Amino acid sequence: MAIINLKINSKEYSIDVDPQMPLLWAIRDFVGLKGTKYGCGIAQCGACTVHLNGQPVRSCSLPVAAVANKNITTIEGLSDDNSHPVQKAWIEEQVPQCGYCQSGQIMAAAALLSKNASPNDADIDAAMQGHICRCGTYPRIKRAIKKASENKP
Amino acid sequence: MDIDTISRRKFLKLSGLTGVALTLGYYLPADAKEPKLITAFDAENRGIELNSWIYIDVSGKVTLYSHRAEMGQGVYQSIPQIIAEELHVDLDKVNIVFAPGDNVKYGNQITGGSSSIRGSYKNLLNLSATARVMLIKAASNKWNVSELECYAEDGHVIHKPSGKKLHYGELVLEASKLDIPKNVVLKKTSEYKLIRKPLQRQDTPLKTNGTAVFGIDKMIPGMLYAMVERNPRLRGKVKSFDATETLKIPGVKQVFVVRMGVFNTFREGVAVVADSVWAAMKGKKALKVDWDDTGFEHLDTEDIYRRMEEALQKDEGLSFVSKGDSNAIIKSAEKKIDVVYSTPYQSHSCMEPLNCIAHYQKDKIEIWGPIQAPDWVQDYISKELGIAREKVIVNMTFLGGGFGRKAFMDYPHEATMISKEINAPVQVIWSREDDATQGPYRPGVSYRCQGVVANSEISAFKVSIAGQNNSHWRGGAKDIPNRSATEGFLKPYVDNIQNLSIVDIPFETPIPTMWWRSVYASTNGFAYESFMDELAAESAKDPITFRRTYLKDERSSELLNKLEEVSGWKNRSKGYGVAITECFGSTVGQIVKVSKNAENKIQIDQVWAVIDCGWYVNPDIIKAQVEGSIVMALGAATIHEITFKDGKTVQNNFNTYKMPRITDIPPIEVYIMENDADAGGVGEPGLPPFAPALTNAIFDLTGKRIRKLPFELAKV
Ligand code: FES
Ligand code: FES
Repeated sequence: MAIINLKINSKEYSIDVDPQMPLLWAIRDFVGLKGTKYGCGIAQCGACTVHLNGQPVRSCSLPVAAVANKNITTIEGLSDDNSHPVQKAWIEEQVPQCGYCQSGQIMAAAALLSKNASPNDADIDAAMQGHICRCGTYPRIKRAIKKASENKP
Repeated sequence: MDIDTISRRKFLKLSGLTGVALTLGYYLPADAKEPKLITAFDAENRGIELNSWIYIDVSGKVTLYSHRAEMGQGVYQSIPQIIAEELHVDLDKVNIVFAPGDNVKYGNQITGGSSSIRGSYKNLLNLSATARVMLIKAASNKWNVSELECYAEDGHVIHKPSGKKLHYGELVLEASKLDIPKNVVLKKTSEYKLIRKPLQRQDTPLKTNGTAVFGIDKMIPGMLYAMVERNPRLRGKVKSFDATETLKIPGVKQVFVVRMGVFNTFREGVAVVADSVWAAMKGKKALKVDWDDTGFEHLDTEDIYRRMEEALQKDEGLSFVSKGDSNAIIKSAEKKIDVVYSTPYQSHSCMEPLNCIAHYQKDKIEIWGPIQAPDWVQDYISKELGIAREKVIVNMTFLGGGFGRKAFMDYPHEATMISKEINAPVQVIWSREDDATQGPYRPGVSYRCQGVVANSEISAFKVSIAGQNNSHWRGGAKDIPNRSATEGFLKPYVDNIQNLSIVDIPFETPIPTMWWRSVYASTNGFAYESFMDELAAESAKDPITFRRTYLKDERSSELLNKLEEVSGWKNRSKGYGVAITECFGSTVGQIVKVSKNAENKIQIDQVWAVIDCGWYVNPDIIKAQVEGSIVMALGAATIHEITFKDGKTVQNNFNTYKMPRITDIPPIEVYIMENDADAGGVGEPGLPPFAPALTNAIFDLTGKRIRKLPFELAKV
């Protein structure tokens, strides 16, 4: 066990955990933010995606010790009121079905748009193909990302 | 006044809620088949246990106690839309609370068979309209005017001549004492303001900011976590285990053998209880378990399908449909088609792996989880643990996918047994590997299809089916045919094909099987509609024209017209395939267009889907469900399958049980037929026609008939 300092959504947390524990479980069970989901644990599905210094990463496959003191953003930190352009587009296009994969999808889309304000189909495919949606919301995810890129100020 | 005080107290007792309210619900009189409407007031006076479904409080807020789990199919939205329509309130005034499991009070609560709306919409419409009429009556009594001069709007009753206005909340007490009016007139479809509109789902914002609470997110005070190492051979017992390494892991508290029910059998595992998920996961990995598999047939997929094939060629079995004399015609025909189709085992693989919280206490058991059938869980736990059913409280959360898997009792049972052992609340989380390797699965099924075409028409049609019967796992009789043998096959086909024979050949394996989205329609549909296409090709007729011979009824014909129209069928090039199936009260037709890409590989260019689900609520939710069904069908047809080797499931995570990705999805257009026929399901019927429409399209383009799923598009 070790004391690890985490910076999540601009807040500091100090937790005493196994340094090898994946960031996912630290966020969910020690910081108490449950929006980030467990889907596969082996970097296959993207449900656990968070931003590390603005980059999308798979929190299930990152030991918590490796991200101490770095800037982490989870779905809860994307906006206070669902006002991020991606969240707005997701609501307008009614993307979620069961919703379980959507935190990860939204974090990936937000990271894409922060780098590339108007992604084309190939850009969207490349950014999103690591994300599984068992409910099959892919057609709407595509539409919503395009909408978000148009809506962006 | 006394009487008011008493009623008030009785109300509280009845509804279990605070405040005075108009509570209206259905109950099933002992001597009647149809449920009847009753107020809480009347129910109390007559000593009837109120089935409290709708509740309007003094603030005018409307609460529905939903007896359905929300697993993505949009009940959260559709039910309030129905209530708000007839009650004349804003959609955001309607709240929905998931009722705890109790089938005595609420009737069968299983969310499956695409039945959430189908089963309840007429009652809900009537319930809401009745409440509105009673509120109007209450206002007219108060004002001493004729109720004909009053109307309801936006949660208020208004007296037209004077403009006087009362809020519903101000009328509930008065209304609750009125007799229930009979023959309340419901709105016509053309008068709807909310129903049939693509309104946004109310749960969407919770799912875009991470606040929706799924089972896995739920926490209760003092809760520990557990993971279980289960027998990889699906059956058997723990011979011994060594937890030395496990117990060294900080946070691990206890390790013991746990037994859970798998239908009418049991499965053993070793539970690792810890103070965090991670410690439990690590502890599980460090376990050494010696399993006793004696008596277990060492399963192998190739073996299973070889046995099916042999069974199909023997030509015996249980007759399910027998019309005319297809056997004789097939026997004497000079030319017949005799082919075998086969479909694989599949895992539900909900994105949210199975999980459940149980809190076993001296006098009650409380359960929280993503649960499709709370009342079944209540029954099962009550029986298994010998505790009164009202002492088993089952709370539902959001479900991260269900598809049939979360209507199964194993995971709540196991959690309960662990909580009992440790005497504390516990959340059991299945790893993705546990979820993928333990089943139950959709059964793999093989079909022998024999047919004869004469004068461009079907003169004989015979399908023999060899596959596990899910109902056997629930104690179903083995000497009767699978009653789902024609699930997916259109009723008009059955009516109009003269010589038709459907035979179910009993087939068993030790693999636990269960409903998977659209159940047998998902496999039957592929065989029946592919074979229909083979017969059409044999007749040299256009595949839609050929089907029309047997689908003459108005709804089927209109659906076919619509399919032709939206896909440009009549002016099509090569590479188009059609399929049409029916299940859970809805018919869906799909057309798939394929072509060869630059590398000469098959690509799917477009899917058109037309659904006839009769009366419906929210077109956008229906479209989303059909889109999702097509994606799921695409995976099951071209990407993944569950196989068995040496008694174990081979695929254990998304790297081996691969899923469709955003890059695999063609453009999909969904159309809804407009009519007022009884509402059909929407969550499942969009799935079965996709695979046969796809393989029929590939045949149209290449002349190659695909009879075994899954197949790789790139390898056609
Ligand atoms: S849970 Fe991290 S990628 Fe699946
Ligand atoms: S919305 Fe259910 S898995 Fe994506």
